[in-house]
Amino acid sequence: MEQLKKILINGNEIEVDSSLTILQACEQHGIEIPRFCYHERLSIAGNCRMCLVEVVGGPPKPAASCALQVKDLRPGRNGEMPEVKTNSQMVRQAREGVMEFLLINHPLDCPICDQGGECDLQDQAMAYGLDFSRYQESKRSVEDINLGPLVKTSMTRCISCTRCVRFMTEVAGVSELGQTGRGEDSEIISYLGASLSSELQGNLIDLCPVGALTSKPYAFTARPWELDKTETIDVMDSLGSNIRIDSKGSRIMRITPINNDEINEEWISDKTRFIWDGLSRQRLDSPYIRVKGKLIKCSWNDAFCTIKEALNGKKIGAICGELQPIESIYALRNLVGSLGGKTECRIDGVLFSNKNRCDYVGNGSFADIDKCRTITIIGCDPNFQSPVLNSRIRRAWLRGAEINYFGDKCELSFETISNENSLEKLDKFLIKKDKVVNEGDHLIILGRENISGESGKILLEKVKNFCINKNSKFIIIHSGANSVGAIDVGFTSDIGCQKLLESSDVIFNLGFDEMELPKKDKLLIYQGSHGDVGAANADVILPGAAYTEESGIFVNSEGRPQMSNRVIFPPGDAKENWAIIRALSSELGIDLNFNNLVDLRNEIYKEYGFLGETNNLKENQVKSDLDISKFQLKGEIKAVGTKSYFFTNPIARASATMAELDKLKASKQKKNVISV
Amino acid sequence: MLDDKDRIFTNLYGKRDRSLKGAKDRGCWQGTKNILKKGQSWIVEEIKASGLRGRGGAGFPTGLKWSFMPEAKEEKPSYLVINADESEPGTCKDREIMRHDPHHLIEGALFAGFAMGAHVTYIYIRGEYVREREALQCAIDEAYDSGLLGKNACKSGWAFDVILHHGAGAYICGEETALLESLEGKKGMPRMKPPFPAGAGLYGCPTTVNNVESIAVVPTILRRGAGWFSSIGRANNVGTKVFAISGHVNYPCVVEEAMSIPLKELIEKHCGGVRGGWKNLKAIIPGGASVPLLPSSLCDTAIMDFDWLKDNQSGLGTAAVIVMDNSADVIKAIWRLSKFYKHESCGQCTPCREGTGWMMRVMERLVKGEARIEEIDMLHKVSKQVEGHTICALGDAAAWPIQGLIRHFRSELEQRITERNKVEIKYVAAE
Repeated sequence: MEQLKKILINGNEIEVDSSLTILQACEQHGIEIPRFCYHERLSIAGNCRMCLVEVVGGPPKPAASCALQVKDLRPGRNGEMPEVKTNSQMVRQAREGVMEFLLINHPLDCPICDQGGECDLQDQAMAYGLDFSRYQESKRSVEDINLGPLVKTSMTRCISCTRCVRFMTEVAGVSELGQTGRGEDSEIISYLGASLSSELQGNLIDLCPVGALTSKPYAFTARPWELDKTETIDVMDSLGSNIRIDSKGSRIMRITPINNDEINEEWISDKTRFIWDGLSRQRLDSPYIRVKGKLIKCSWNDAFCTIKEALNGKKIGAICGELQPIESIYALRNLVGSLGGKTECRIDGVLFSNKNRCDYVGNGSFADIDKCRTITIIGCDPNFQSPVLNSRIRRAWLRGAEINYFGDKCELSFETISNENSLEKLDKFLIKKDKVVNEGDHLIILGRENISGESGKILLEKVKNFCINKNSKFIIIHSGANSVGAIDVGFTSDIGCQKLLESSDVIFNLGFDEMELPKKDKLLIYQGSHGDVGAANADVILPGAAYTEESGIFVNSEGRPQMSNRVIFPPGDAKENWAIIRALSSELGIDLNFNNLVDLRNEIYKEYGFLGETNNLKENQVKSDLDISKFQLKGEIKAVGTKSYFFTNPIARASATMAELDKLKASKQKKNVISV
Repeated sequence: MLDDKDRIFTNLYGKRDRSLKGAKDRGCWQGTKNILKKGQSWIVEEIKASGLRGRGGAGFPTGLKWSFMPEAKEEKPSYLVINADESEPGTCKDREIMRHDPHHLIEGALFAGFAMGAHVTYIYIRGEYVREREALQCAIDEAYDSGLLGKNACKSGWAFDVILHHGAGAYICGEETALLESLEGKKGMPRMKPPFPAGAGLYGCPTTVNNVESIAVVPTILRRGAGWFSSIGRANNVGTKVFAISGHVNYPCVVEEAMSIPLKELIEKHCGGVRGGWKNLKAIIPGGASVPLLPSSLCDTAIMDFDWLKDNQSGLGTAAVIVMDNSADVIKAIWRLSKFYKHESCGQCTPCREGTGWMMRVMERLVKGEARIEEIDMLHKVSKQVEGHTICALGDAAAWPIQGLIRHFRSELEQRITERNKVEIKYVAAE
């Protein structure tokens, strides 16, 4: 329980939770304490000694504020309030001393160091560094290590704060980094010199307070002060990580995470971080039409005319992919609806209805993972769906939560109590758990793939009933960034995807690239950003913006709408997706009731008010009207994630970095097989 | 001088039978059960009353340390850990106890463990002590075989196990929290304090870490009474102490003496005096490598106990006296210690990791005189920057010898620099 304690900091009386450390208490009250090794999401190491403060009445030496808890402060002899000083002479001298020690063996290569301009050591040297060096001996140099294609090392710059070691061990869950050697000769190395395999390794770049670990793909390309920084939303998975995209002119230079405790905390996966080279490759920058079996460049007008001619009284159907924002999905739904056609976003055949939002969103949130004592994962490989989500589950496990896993075999970074693949066992498990779990203390994480079909429906109903009985939560993990949003705006039909494709003469494909569409006697229109599967067999190609090139609303797996921002402009003749549909509509003589993005959004909000409350999680009521006692689950849980993690969307498939990672992973797996 | 009848370690020289039988003949394991019957608090109070201060270097009152241990609970057992990682240069007192008089230690462990509610004691022995480990293990086995240890130790009803753990030869593992880390199978790196081991020590359980000698004197104190022990030596510095004298004396030795014995008496009586006579004495390091040295001017009146040495800006440490006569190059001697600390720094925290190397390199130049006079002050400042800013006391230990050198032998440092500079000027002139 939170227990408040009064202490004096620099003579000011403050009241803080006694379980906080001095550093956290100071931070809460706006007093900045320099630090290198301390990181609020990692365990406390206390080894950099930069955060030293003076504890009045304590031993005559400074104490590390990152490790000293407020409750450990003793009152003075006559019962005075414990006092801490962060600005005394002793503190200043101690920090200057530590800074000098850190700098004596640190190379003076700031001009060629990628960390320059955003380096903790540089910044703090401005405050605590000396203007000259008293050190006259030779400096230490350390051999670099090869950590793979993402993290570039320059180990001579390392100040041994061990943040990287702690991150890999605690958050990523793979003990791939460690510190060997003693004293001056201690070094950070990877286990047996192997490259890193975690899908969260990119976060090391942000964590490293100096330039020892920097980004390999970004190396030597820009300085932080030259970059335009845009805060936006990631679309690589259904988590909806908050990111900042740094661009220089018309080029995207790098992607970094933004802290959002509800969603991604301050981590992002490697796919999110290093995808940017895929945004400039394989791009569609001009409309195309197929003439005599060959795609040829054309003008927007020609493309629209071709569509108009082809449509001429024929049946149209539309499908959409996973990277499209609500705006274009909504506009296309209205357009196709006006033409008398049907739309479908559930390409995988999962028949959610958008009547009850709980059936495809659940009623929980990612933050519930931190609260529950029992977590059950059903038919979802958490690391494949989102490594960041996986690290959150791992943290729950570290704090003592019980994790149960039902699904196809996959690598988990935590231990499970049950690990089964049969639905019968899951059935029994749910009945058993119904008796033992405390109210509100259970969370089910359900993979989207496993609630399709009749058996899937029963599974979903059973999960819902369980949650109703125990007043607990469940979340459904989708594969796409806007899978939920597309259902939300009713981009669905009652006949399902297969029938829709069969019955339509003209198919409008809005950015779906995951499989080839049936082409026979049909006209395929593809609108999207990359020349991938969808474009390859299309008859008309309309080049659209990628997620970095337009602002849009995305709804993540929790059902939380978030708005992305435009970072750069689309290449060549490519246009924003909603604008293309709007232009097409006037060509076809249909009035879509909006002329700009603001109007379009107002239209959307009129119909779906909750989409306007961005960043807000709408509470969903769980309802079940099926008597589940009659049904029993049978068979095996479907395998998910059969494709490579690095190739799940057209942007990733265009990225050289992702290809390299995939190759590396494959070769590692091969090696493992041989060694086993 | 200590009377023979007051000696605790009667086989320190290894000339008698070190087996259980021999030890029993000399008084070990006599009436152990009856003492245990007097209860846990009686033992703690008796040790408190005896005024025993920890023999590992810091001199913290042992009885008080034991009284910090919380009540033992089933889910969190208490542990006694005995620090036998005796790696301080010059120190070899625990070694003699372990190889010649091990039953004092084992019996002491039983008393101490019982007093703090511990059923298990770990003895962490230095990696290089191979024969000592064999001797100690042999003694432990003997004690088990005759029922002195085990499920019903000495038929007292108290289950007590002694586990001997062999270190791998790192000096830092003698630091109590690094020792616990190492014992848990991790890399020997000191932990942050608080929490102190008495709150969360080995495997997160309440733990007390004591030096070998502190534990080994316990049985005799309990048998002969706190009053006897506290009557030896000066107030606040009582009891007997095992001294290890090495260096430029005629007969280096390990000897048990009364606390507060004058340094001169210690050297003259037991070591046959300083090589070349008392006048030939240049300096001594009174307590193992990590305390500042004393110049000969202070040695005449030096009293070997915690308080006198502390008042004279040194320390008793492990009471390992290193004697240097006038033939010794005191600068080089301190450089060698700096080199030792640089080599043994664990590398965890910044000031020690970076500072020990820096100090060693400056010392290296000072040995040859290749430095500027101002660098002496700089070295002193750097040592002050290390001292008190680190997680454990190794940083302090690395700084103190250098500070002692600068305090007492500054003129010699300056002289060497000046002489070297003269030589260099000569070279320039010859060109």
